[in-house]
Amino acid sequence: MKRFLSLTLLLTLFLTACGTATTPASTTVPAIEMPATEAPATEAPTAAPEARTLTVFAAASLTDAFTEIGKNFEVANPGVTATFNFAGSQALRTQIEEGAPVDVFASASGKEMDTLLTGKFVAEGMPQIFLTNKLVVILPSNNPAGLEKLEELANPGIKLVLAAEEVPVGNYARQALDLMNGLFGPDFKDKVMANVVSNEDNVKQVVAKVQLGEADAGIVYTSDAVAAPDLKIVEIPAELNVIAKYPIAALAESTDADLAQAFVDYVLSPESQAVLQVWGFAPAK
Amino acid sequence: MSKLKSFNSQLLDKVHSKWIFIIPGVFLLALFMLPLFALLVRSINKDFFNYALSEQAIKALRLSLITSTITTGTAVIFGTPLAYMLARWKFRFKSWIELLIDLPIVLPPSVAGLALLIAFGRRGLFGSALNTFGISLPFTTAAVVLAQAFVAAPLYVRSARIGFTEIDKQLEEAAHVEGANQWQLFYEVMFPLARRALLSGAILTWTRALGEFGATILFAGNLEGVTQTMPMAIYLGFERDLGIALTLSVVLITVSIFLLMITRKLEKQEED
Repeated sequence: MKRFLSLTLLLTLFLTACGTATTPASTTVPAIEMPATEAPATEAPTAAPEARTLTVFAAASLTDAFTEIGKNFEVANPGVTATFNFAGSQALRTQIEEGAPVDVFASASGKEMDTLLTGKFVAEGMPQIFLTNKLVVILPSNNPAGLEKLEELANPGIKLVLAAEEVPVGNYARQALDLMNGLFGPDFKDKVMANVVSNEDNVKQVVAKVQLGEADAGIVYTSDAVAAPDLKIVEIPAELNVIAKYPIAALAESTDADLAQAFVDYVLSPESQAVLQVWGFAPAK
Repeated sequence: MSKLKSFNSQLLDKVHSKWIFIIPGVFLLALFMLPLFALLVRSINKDFFNYALSEQAIKALRLSLITSTITTGTAVIFGTPLAYMLARWKFRFKSWIELLIDLPIVLPPSVAGLALLIAFGRRGLFGSALNTFGISLPFTTAAVVLAQAFVAAPLYVRSARIGFTEIDKQLEEAAHVEGANQWQLFYEVMFPLARRALLSGAILTWTRALGEFGATILFAGNLEGVTQTMPMAIYLGFERDLGIALTLSVVLITVSIFLLMITRKLEKQEED
């Protein structure tokens, strides 16, 4: 009996573990064309609105802002379910290239989008820059290494976490360190890189490691610092900073091109731009 | 009833009953073989040896082999006594302890990584105490071993426990009559008889440790030469250049097959 019980418990645990896997986005094409522009919310739907699914792959730094925009988009378009996959832009780009069913891609770097453009994965029209972002140094709330100034990142023994070089923010951080070499001495970057204890897979992992206090410092986007207000920050002056430009595009593989374009337009709308600014992003200009 | 039975078996004979085994078996075999085959085919590129012999790949492979071997050694040293007690001794909460040890086998590695971080991280429940002695585990090679041990050692304990359980009770009693103490009983009777179970458990642990990824990336991070194991290098390679990921995968598969072949041979010798 005991044995049976433990077996059932194990089985339950196992099934729960399996249950967390995400279900693939439905690929059903709507039978009736529905105007994809924002339906006014006042229009009381007499019949249940047609169910449509929108799948968006977005840079990890967009996690909070796009979750909010996605909810607004669902309210404005009854019947639409917006699902998001947030990860490092480079990881998402690879998944798209390998045939993931995606409607919209929002990247933290032009490079990943350009690769998709060359590979003809982007729907008609050019990707549009919809926001910009800057870098900032984050520290755990108790600041175990007692960091106050940017140049102290080169102090020996500091535990610094960056995103991997393949990840847009990791690449930008290394570019910013190159710029700092001009101000803090030619071996500044080498000293800082010697303090790197981990190259994380996406920007949110960097934030998490600093939040947990495992790392003494990390370099992330301003928007990530806004999303984690418990962190201390050290600003990077404009002349040493790197501006990240985020492009967005509907993808050629989308099974609902109208809906995909509607979401892109919605992200570019003043309403969503306001949401993005609340989360610490700067407008595209 | 018996009529029905004989009718059934006649029907089975007619449709060649062996196909009842072959068809499902081949389906599952195809599930294993086809992805590996695709990996092999797609990995053939002009840069194969450049990738395979790159500094990053060699460092990652070396780290993987070293850490998984240490993990297996640790599992054997600490897991054998534990498995032995669970199999042969009687004490309270035994079945609960068994369940606890089996738990990491079914847990997703991400949970394992998170749990390790919360426990042994710098500000973790126990890690903060370690930190006062100047020991900080995350981002170190020790963290890689710890993550692998958490995930893979239960496989050894499980196999060893079953091995010890299967030994005939009468042998134990005979040894007692002969006046053997606990150590002599273990070393001269139990250990030789359970050797095969111990060996196959160790192999399982070794190969599982070699493939560990989820707990490691959360708890140990990713730094070339320090915490970047093969699975990690493959994952990041996947995002940079598919060719690198494919090449490293083939290298890891080759190494794994080689290891399994050696241990197979050892097992065979054990049988003879």
